[in-house]
Amino acid sequence: MSETSIFTDVLRWLPFVLWGFGLNVLMSVLAILLGTTAGVFLGLGQVSHTRVVGGVSRLATQLFRNAPWLVLLFYCIFLMPYSITISSATYNVPSWLRATLGFSVPVAANFSEIVRGAIGSVPKGQWEAAEALGYSRSVTLLRIILPQCTTRMLPPWMNLYALLITATPLASIVGVEEALARTQAAVQSEAQASFLIPMYVTLLMMFFLYTYPISRVSNALERRFRTV
Amino acid sequence: MRTAIEDRALVSLRGVRKAFGSFEVLRGVDLTVAKGEVAAIIGPSGSGKSTILRTINGLTPVDQGVIQVGDIAVTDPKVDKVALRHRVGMVFQQYNLFPHKTVLENVSMAPIQVLKEPRKEVEERARELLVGMRLPEKALSYPGELSGGQQQRVAIARALCMQPQVILFDEVTAALDPEMVKEVLGAVRKVAEDGMTCILVTHEMRFAREAANRIYFTDKGVIVEQGEPKAFFANPQDPRTKEFLDKVL
Repeated sequence: MSETSIFTDVLRWLPFVLWGFGLNVLMSVLAILLGTTAGVFLGLGQVSHTRVVGGVSRLATQLFRNAPWLVLLFYCIFLMPYSITISSATYNVPSWLRATLGFSVPVAANFSEIVRGAIGSVPKGQWEAAEALGYSRSVTLLRIILPQCTTRMLPPWMNLYALLITATPLASIVGVEEALARTQAAVQSEAQASFLIPMYVTLLMMFFLYTYPISRVSNALERRFRTV
Repeated sequence: MRTAIEDRALVSLRGVRKAFGSFEVLRGVDLTVAKGEVAAIIGPSGSGKSTILRTINGLTPVDQGVIQVGDIAVTDPKVDKVALRHRVGMVFQQYNLFPHKTVLENVSMAPIQVLKEPRKEVEERARELLVGMRLPEKALSYPGELSGGQQQRVAIARALCMQPQVILFDEVTAALDPEMVKEVLGAVRKVAEDGMTCILVTHEMRFAREAANRIYFTDKGVIVEQGEPKAFFANPQDPRTKEFLDKVL
């Protein structure tokens, strides 16, 4: 078998795998949106002075942050209903969507910690100055503390996204036809050993080309904010 | 003399005690500051000077004792916090300006957002105050672009813009480079000379002597000695005061 024919074989399968990769991107984008939204609430909950809110938020954050992503994924895949009925119309919940929810849980927990850390990194004097000017705690948080947090949260948030996209192939285990599952399918249908490595290298390159720029931008932002 | 001050009393502390854990920072503080008076609190580090200031605007709640600012009972658990902070301004050692807001916003935001005063009026006042602090051209700069001395003068303008009846100055020159101390002390002095009631915690003995009407010396959580600046510095009575003044002068 010549090298050119392997190359053309890979090229032939590329659109098939790329469509799968599109699903990885879709799952990661939806999961980061959901997870970030939930994480903001969890993070604010963690700094709440209301005991119950603080306790529940901290517990949820620690529980989901310290659990393997795959275990959380399994929970969401198997515990979530396969279909939901809204006003007599039944919708199937596709497995990729359930997997997305599974990914958004650890993202929320990790972002909750990013929010808490960012709030904690604002000097205490900012709270005191606001208090001395008559601001309540919640208004201080909203108008004075959080605006200072956004730049601090951006680099770790981007790192979290890079982690998330590289974790999405886990969904192949629960039967989602994303890039890894499709690569496996391609390798199996070609049934030749020399095809295996080029195909997986291609998959690796896909993730690398997508994720590397994000990491670079994140690092650059981190350096920039540190000097300010 | 004392009764005259009691009559015009704006700020009064009676038997104020405060402990952080097992450490008693304030062990029964009595203090009366009359309207228009400038009181300087001096004393060794850790003697409770800053804590006294912070109890007056309720930043640090007390364990025991009564604090009154005009008709506001600070130590009442149901005290109107906004009214209290309207009446008592504070300037911090570390300036604590809001870095994401311009100088003008820093000065004007609380009167607009907390006191709900009309924006135009407040901003006009804020600009006048910045002129008074000799910073008119910095209105649209961000705090990060200013020197420490300039930032502290903005912080003074911010406190003034709330139109308080008394301003607390908490070691306002302690974080500054030496060449900026003078400009900030000048600004504090101007505030005092304009008739504002001022309570300042300071390590600048010369400034305390020149600008204050009354000196309070604290040690280990109590006010050991107080008096008119001239007499206080020339002829301290308590051995602890003498020892302290020997060290710092």
